[in-house]
Amino acid sequence: MNTTIMLFLVQDGITNGAIYALLGLALVLVFAVTRVILIPQGEFVTYGALTYASLSSGQVPGTARLAVAMGIVAFCLDLFAGRRSLHPRLVGRAFAINIILPVVIFALTSWLAGRHPPIAVNIALSLSIVAAIGVFLYRIVFQPLAHTSVLVLLIASVGCHLALQGFGLVFFGAEGQRGPTIADVAFTLGPLRFTGQSITVYAITIAFIVGLWLFFGLTLYGKALRATAINRLGARLVGIRTTLSGQIAFLLASVIGAISGILIVPITTLYYDTGFLIGLKGFIAAIIGGLVSYPLTAVAALVVGTVEAFSSFYASNFKEVIVFTLIIPVLLLRSLAAPAVEEEKD
Amino acid sequence: MPQRLPIIVFALIMAAIPFIPAVPPFWIVLLDNIGLAALVAMGLVLLTGVGGLTSFGQAAFCGFGAYTTAVLTTAYGVSPWLTLPLSLLVSGIAAVLLGLITVRLSGHYLPLGTLAWGLGLFYLFSKLEFLGRNDGISAIPPLSIGSLRMIDPGTIYFAIWIAVLICAVLTLNLLDSRTGRAIRALRRGHIAAEAFGVQTPRAKLLVFIYAAVLAGLSGWLYAHFQRAANPTPFGAHAGIEYLFIAVVGGAGYVWGGVLGAGIVVILKEILQSYLPYLFHGEGQLETIVFGILLVLLLQLAPTGVWPWLMARLPFKPKRKRPDTSLTLPARVRDADAAGVLLQIDRARKQFGGVIAVNDVSFDVRAGEIVALIGPNGAGKSTTFNLITGVLTSSGGTISVLGRKIDNAPPQQVAKLGIARTFQHVKLVPDMTVLENVAIGAHLRGHAGALSSMFRLDRADEARLLAEAARQIERVGLADQIDQLAGSLSLGQQRIVEIARALCVDPMLLLLDEPAAGLRHMEKQKLAALLRQLRDGGMSVLLVEHDMGFVMDLADRIVVLDFGTKIAEGKPEAIKTNPEVIKAYLGAVA
Repeated sequence: MNTTIMLFLVQDGITNGAIYALLGLALVLVFAVTRVILIPQGEFVTYGALTYASLSSGQVPGTARLAVAMGIVAFCLDLFAGRRSLHPRLVGRAFAINIILPVVIFALTSWLAGRHPPIAVNIALSLSIVAAIGVFLYRIVFQPLAHTSVLVLLIASVGCHLALQGFGLVFFGAEGQRGPTIADVAFTLGPLRFTGQSITVYAITIAFIVGLWLFFGLTLYGKALRATAINRLGARLVGIRTTLSGQIAFLLASVIGAISGILIVPITTLYYDTGFLIGLKGFIAAIIGGLVSYPLTAVAALVVGTVEAFSSFYASNFKEVIVFTLIIPVLLLRSLAAPAVEEEKD
Repeated sequence: MPQRLPIIVFALIMAAIPFIPAVPPFWIVLLDNIGLAALVAMGLVLLTGVGGLTSFGQAAFCGFGAYTTAVLTTAYGVSPWLTLPLSLLVSGIAAVLLGLITVRLSGHYLPLGTLAWGLGLFYLFSKLEFLGRNDGISAIPPLSIGSLRMIDPGTIYFAIWIAVLICAVLTLNLLDSRTGRAIRALRRGHIAAEAFGVQTPRAKLLVFIYAAVLAGLSGWLYAHFQRAANPTPFGAHAGIEYLFIAVVGGAGYVWGGVLGAGIVVILKEILQSYLPYLFHGEGQLETIVFGILLVLLLQLAPTGVWPWLMARLPFKPKRKRPDTSLTLPARVRDADAAGVLLQIDRARKQFGGVIAVNDVSFDVRAGEIVALIGPNGAGKSTTFNLITGVLTSSGGTISVLGRKIDNAPPQQVAKLGIARTFQHVKLVPDMTVLENVAIGAHLRGHAGALSSMFRLDRADEARLLAEAARQIERVGLADQIDQLAGSLSLGQQRIVEIARALCVDPMLLLLDEPAAGLRHMEKQKLAALLRQLRDGGMSVLLVEHDMGFVMDLADRIVVLDFGTKIAEGKPEAIKTNPEVIKAYLGAVA
């Protein structure tokens, strides 16, 4: 093998791996806080990417409508849940978050469509649309199920994945789309060419890892989230609103998913169902990281990306087989080293 | 206990359906699909609902079954009936290999791990040349008996549903047996089951293989039903679908699997055929509606539809009382079971920098009640866990009848005749008191999984249940014998734990706070029972906080404080020991 090819493969692997790392981080976050194994993470990726691509080509993406519809459902659920003590402040708050916010986003999107707003505006719009969907998803689906077992949450998560993927096909059609690059600069270093896009990918990944680390280590909300992750009941007893923690977790996960999507859509063509597979590779990284450790997940994601790049070069037919069986030696190691801790499950 | 009559009625109804003149042939195809899915779901019920091991990978095992018969019948011309055992064998071997890696994983690793190898296998199926890559293998010969070739859905219908009914009966038999109880105890953690001799890794592997073989059977039938095999039905989405069939139906119930298969297959069919009319053929609407309905169903009935239906039945199935006249042979005892039973010599346990048990030595002799007391955090429960092999010690020796047992696994300790209860009650809440207690007699029965499935274990089983019933009577809970353990008060649950420990036929009983949560009268009854056991030659080591109870009962008391033994002696001496008073009440100013 010559060094240039190897360097290319490593570079490619790291770029993909950085995206998997972002997704792995989001999965770890959501699982730790809400016990939900977030299969629809992949849909956040496609929604983010394709919303951005549609906005860039001057269309109003269907996701904006979906956010409004989900907001209405969430509002009804909020009213129903609080029906015994409906006071104006509660209703007002629910109305502002569930109705006004998505409607404003929708109005902005429709108004800006076709007026060629700058890329930054499109990105911001895409992020807020997907973020709204993420938060409403938690409110509608998972908050009523918060007390149930991991298995039930998992199945509900699969249900969301199916529904959202179906909506994806309705909104974006079966054809793949690409979006405009975020940064057009490029420079070469030795044999390698670095595009602005890949630099952006690295920068955002690192920023997120550091940001999450700071968020969880230093801020009160971050600490509240960690407390919820360790002991829900205990967290409630000291006054942490566990539903708020869940909403924050889903907010972060959907934003991370959407950013990943926006970052890769200029590099590869994305279809309405691509997200599932990308999300699953994030899973592999998250599992290798043990669903608890952020730095380990990030490292694992880089390994997954690199292995994928190399296997697509040498054995492209078996690329997916290799990536998904990568997990088995890791599981083997984990099971050999597994401490005999008792888990109280129900 | 499987109820025969409803199963026979169900079988007769299923047998009659194809002969009803007006039944459209399409319904039969649907029923075939339901049967195929039900087989896989049944395995998942055992694996996930009962055993607590979530698997997304079952579709891959269907693939093993289907491809084995596809390759052998098309490329080598082997008769389809000969490939049946081979298909099951291949799925079983695949399950052993994957299971050895997977079942030791705990919690959420397990489902994610299965998802990952499920995907890996799907891609493998779709890339291998001899499996026909993405196109798969076609022109698989149909099943045939003599000149009857099962080509149309109406004839293979019988093969499928006979398989479903046989597997359902075998699975129900398995669950209602010694092995079944071990499997049902898995979901609540492994410590309690292991304390009574259950080899939990082996039990987990067993259900994993069982579920895989059922999936393999479904795959074999599928290959001969479709007469073709391609990778799509064995992919990740199929694996996920089987899991939610089980969850929607009721993951803990064999018939829940069948019901779930019916609900999901019919629902999908209705959505696929009617939604396009309603919405003028806009694409993919059925997955959207299906996903939303799934979430709604889970929010309305999180435990599944089957238990929801059963709870609304006007009549409840009756349980048969075990015949307590049958006796179980006593555990084989060592000849020298007199003198010192348990000798603890400078036992030590360190957790990082914390020394939880610091060179503690004491012994328990035959026929005495020794109490281990001390303030909270003194290391009493840790000492218990060292003796019973739950924790490995950092130093010192623990010996039973002169034989060293430190770091022996809990199952080995149980075999020596040391039985225990837990400070935090570890019963299986959705099993009856009788079934919970019978786990205690696990090591005294012999029937394995196969003999249980074919009901060859009844003599063994009757003796186990008789022993359990006797011990329940002995502790005074005969009236609660058929109630679910989870419905009892905490005090009663502690007593159930004692009955379970007695089922071991122990020489030494370790009781961790047995009197906590008991009322005054109940404590007195418990003390009387323990005295009676001692007079019968059993030794008791107990941890307890109720001083009145301990002082009245114990022959000898060992006091721990901060992991160190500070006193040992008769109750009267301990009451006046200044060290002990200092530990409990603080130093006199």
